[in-house]
Amino acid sequence: MAAINREDVAHLARLAHIEMSAQELDRMAGELAVIVESVKSVSEAAGDDVPATSHPIPLTNVFREDVVGHTFTAEQSLSGAPDAAENRFKVPAILDEA
Amino acid sequence: MTDAILSFEEAMAKYDPVLGFEVHVELNTKTKMFSSAPNVFGDEPNTNVNEVDLGLPGVLPVVNKTAIESSIKIGLALNCKIAETCRFARKNYFYPDTPKNFQTSQYDEPIAYDGYLDIELSDGTVFRVEIERAHMEEDAGKLTHMGGSAGRIQGADYSLVDYNRSGVPLVEIVTKPIEGAGSRAPELAKAYVAAVREIVKNLGVSDAKMERGNVRCDANVSLRPHGRERFGIRSETKNVNSLRAVEHAVRYEIQRHAAVLDSGEPVVQETRHWHEDTRTTTSGRPKSDADDYRYFPEPDLVPVVASREWVEELRATLPEPPAERRKRLQADWGYSDLEFRDVVNAGVMDEIEETIAAGASSTVARKWWMGEIVGRAKAADVDPGQLGVKPATIVELGKLVEAGSINNKMAAEVLDAVLAGEGSPAEIIEKRGLAVVSDDGPLLEAIDAALAAQPDVADKIRGGKVQAIGAIVGGVMKATRGQADAGRVRELILEKLGVTV
Repeated sequence: MAAINREDVAHLARLAHIEMSAQELDRMAGELAVIVESVKSVSEAAGDDVPATSHPIPLTNVFREDVVGHTFTAEQSLSGAPDAAENRFKVPAILDEA
Repeated sequence: MTDAILSFEEAMAKYDPVLGFEVHVELNTKTKMFSSAPNVFGDEPNTNVNEVDLGLPGVLPVVNKTAIESSIKIGLALNCKIAETCRFARKNYFYPDTPKNFQTSQYDEPIAYDGYLDIELSDGTVFRVEIERAHMEEDAGKLTHMGGSAGRIQGADYSLVDYNRSGVPLVEIVTKPIEGAGSRAPELAKAYVAAVREIVKNLGVSDAKMERGNVRCDANVSLRPHGRERFGIRSETKNVNSLRAVEHAVRYEIQRHAAVLDSGEPVVQETRHWHEDTRTTTSGRPKSDADDYRYFPEPDLVPVVASREWVEELRATLPEPPAERRKRLQADWGYSDLEFRDVVNAGVMDEIEETIAAGASSTVARKWWMGEIVGRAKAADVDPGQLGVKPATIVELGKLVEAGSINNKMAAEVLDAVLAGEGSPAEIIEKRGLAVVSDDGPLLEAIDAALAAQPDVADKIRGGKVQAIGAIVGGVMKATRGQADAGRVRELILEKLGVTV
């Protein structure tokens, strides 16, 4: 992986909807570059024969039977909503769908 | 703004279409993909949810085993390989249809991959569509745009969100680029989505109702000049949610792309929205770095390992594929291609199968379902199967007609009475006194009366114009209230007039 530069950080910040000042971008670019460099050493240690892992514990197939459990009432669902109408969450109109 | 389009014929003369489809299938599990909240359509907003579906802090998703099994079944039915091990991934984006700012999906490790589906077109030719992958994910909540221009997102004042659909298990089926369909591209598009819908319905893993969004299609279209190998730039038309719309949308996009290319401009790679009312698409948004979803493995879920034993167990439960079943039934029943296609299009294949299993001949079953029941269903605006005609009723009516106890006209009357809840065919015949008059005595009297009433017709028949006999037969049938055997009446009239044919 190439080193992280300032533009990468600005791009990620935009994608993550995080507002960052010029100073913050400079600082994070430096810090993230060090982190990425450190993580890279893992790839050096693990050869192609070592499969990528996404979980520290080697568990597989943690399943639930298809049985209905508890639900909220609409009132409970909306109890933390900043705004609501007609038993639904009310949000600003956002143009176009993801 | 209306886009310029070329005629379909002109577009085809110049360009070769390449298609691709993403079909989302909602599974009909009792609960959601990662939570035990019920997967039910049409309930009060935000009541089929719990903390997992609302993405509250600290919750832990747990995978629904039945959803995994359904996904494997879909993969097998699409002739896919089933991954020995696969993972879920987070697809990160900000939009209020997901409360947690990511959709749990699969990225580089789909549960099923490398399959195909053979699609039969209307003239019987078979077109193979290669399946790239089928992966598992969760559905998003439902947004309703309020204010502004009636439900459209443009100009809305605000949106209301119902998370009942959030977390409903989905399988997304992605094709490889489909080349070589030529002018049959629109037909193939429709037939492909219809085949996928039929398969998931037949497997019993989805309710497969397109009008409810159980099966949703995004259609990719690009054009290239004839003879060129490299693909053109594609557009992706979203939410084409009926079979007819799939056909129309592909056709329209081919015409639109052709006009763009003809003008010398490049096609814009973008999302298009389909409008059923105008049968056109409009520009959504161009592909941009906002499409950088920063996928990464979902840390709250462990890998799914599908042992070969498990896969084979599931394979053993698969029903006969719809296309093979159709082939078998047509051969068993001895219907012509046209007859069989009509039966399929009328949606009475299952009903005819049951009627034959109950003891009717394939001819009798087809005559009743296609000749009588389909029309009645159409008049009542319901599916033929919903009229409540029992196979045993058809068998009984068929036997009564065959035995000559009643004629076809009476049988149709009896059917109406059965549907009106008046009892079994035998009871209705008894109650109404319906029976073919087989004793010649009363018939001869009626014939005499009919001939006397229309002497000019009688003369014509004597003079050799036998086709005029219909008027006399009609008079006799009327006099006997339709209870006479028309064939016998005809014989007796000719005998009486001394005409031999």
